[in-house]
Amino acid sequence: MPTLTNDMKREIILEHYSTPDNKKTPDDKTKYKAIRMDSDSCIDDIIIYLDIENGIIKDAVFDGVACAISTSSTDILCEMVKGKSEKEALYIIEQYENMLHEKPYDEEVLEELNAFSETYKQAARIKCASLGAQGISKIINGEEDE
Amino acid sequence: MLDVAKIRKDFPIFENHKNDGKPFVYLDNAATAFKPKCVIDACSSYYLEDGANAHRGDYDIAYHVDQKVEHSRAHVAKFINAETHEIVFTSGTSMSLNLVAFGYGIKYLKKGDEILLTEAEHASNVLPWFKVSEMTGATIKYIPLDGEGRCTPENLEKVITNNTKVVSIAQITNVLGYKIDIKAMSKIAHKYGAIVVCDAAQSAPHIKIDVKDLDCDFLSFSGHKLCGPTGIGVLYGKFDLLKKMDPFMTGGGDNARFDMCGNVAYLEPPAKFEAGTQNLAGIYGLDAALTYLESIGMDEIEKHDIELHDYAISKLKDLENVIIYNEHADSGIITLNVKGVFAQDEASYLNSKGICVRSGEHCAKLLKERLKVFGTIRVSTYFYNDKNDIDILVNALKEGGNFLDAYFN
Repeated sequence: MPTLTNDMKREIILEHYSTPDNKKTPDDKTKYKAIRMDSDSCIDDIIIYLDIENGIIKDAVFDGVACAISTSSTDILCEMVKGKSEKEALYIIEQYENMLHEKPYDEEVLEELNAFSETYKQAARIKCASLGAQGISKIINGEEDE
Repeated sequence: MLDVAKIRKDFPIFENHKNDGKPFVYLDNAATAFKPKCVIDACSSYYLEDGANAHRGDYDIAYHVDQKVEHSRAHVAKFINAETHEIVFTSGTSMSLNLVAFGYGIKYLKKGDEILLTEAEHASNVLPWFKVSEMTGATIKYIPLDGEGRCTPENLEKVITNNTKVVSIAQITNVLGYKIDIKAMSKIAHKYGAIVVCDAAQSAPHIKIDVKDLDCDFLSFSGHKLCGPTGIGVLYGKFDLLKKMDPFMTGGGDNARFDMCGNVAYLEPPAKFEAGTQNLAGIYGLDAALTYLESIGMDEIEKHDIELHDYAISKLKDLENVIIYNEHADSGIITLNVKGVFAQDEASYLNSKGICVRSGEHCAKLLKERLKVFGTIRVSTYFYNDKNDIDILVNALKEGGNFLDAYFN
């Protein structure tokens, strides 16, 4: 992936915010593991659904109310983890969180998530950018809401 | 208008943010207010000069602490026209309201009784009553708000019954900023034998309060919203009610004697409610904060709030991309959104322009059904804000649709 300019990053965020393809509640919820992520410091409140079979994420969607940063980052992440193994998904999430916290990270695997590389400039938004990632890793690590 | 440039010299925080490279416009005063140097010095003086615990009057510095605590209590009483023994120190409004709910509500309410609240109340004036309802079987009902979202005496009349035992409402609500006629509400409530619990968290910093005139039975406020320290607040209660109710916390400093059979003689109020070591530096600071506010004048502060509010509304109304939810608020609280922008995204954008506002549901989660939005931006002013702050806000909101600029500029 070529290095993203600021305009490209902005476009990625806006597109996944205005038309998030993965923002929906699954028709058949029984197949999915779900977790509700409501931030303690803001109004973001989303439920993430993962359909995991034999360690492979078959489907990932989310639904609820969230700001542009939470919505777009969660939408991109859902797209990226589909078809990946739990281990691969966790690696992406780890690299993504490293980026948000200004630690060394593997830029190659982050694809469109690189759009959030400037989040540190608005430190209060790191939580928004992490909400979906934390939910996905919680489900993979065995947490689940009824 | 007050001389804001002169007032700001009293607040070290403005000097400390002079070189941020962007403006420093603080418009989240409904959350907390800045502290003038005299308040910070008063808190330090406890640690630097007095240092002892209260109720240990055997030596000079301890005696001095006791004197200061009682002086501060008397000052609070004078500030709201109460009697000194009717003032209980707490950690803040939340603790004060919980003290009434647990100390009075749980002791005296029972199944069939009713508690009246409104949808506009802060969580701290809702959740303690949910607990009372859960523990006693009393029912919670809501006084309907009028078209603008105001709680009126007429609407209280519509729902109050002889089963109503508690009416608990904010004098100024924290999202819509309307001033409620507590005096009229008390008159109605008392006719039905109910008590009135007044949440003055948003009003005490901004308007003159006279509890004798309001005739409310309890009144709560926090120190930190009126330029005092965090962690100190006040519960006012009519003395006979304070005598009747139970302490919420028991322990050292609130009892005269107790024996091994479990017999306890509690001290008279307010000591009965002040178990454990109090926030002594906070009590020193609160005293200084009240002195400071009095030196400016509560009437002057209210006038300044209203003038700034009217100025802000006149400017904001010119912006076609802004929705205002409480144009006619009686305080410095303005709740708005930029069309098509999620409140939190807008708040981040404003932050990038050096403007501090709050986004979200503002702890009034019941209100979202009424406003039909998930979150709003709340702008709240105080006497150290001026028209220039409003101009900076209005200019930023003009371009508020470009909220992603916060990330890429």
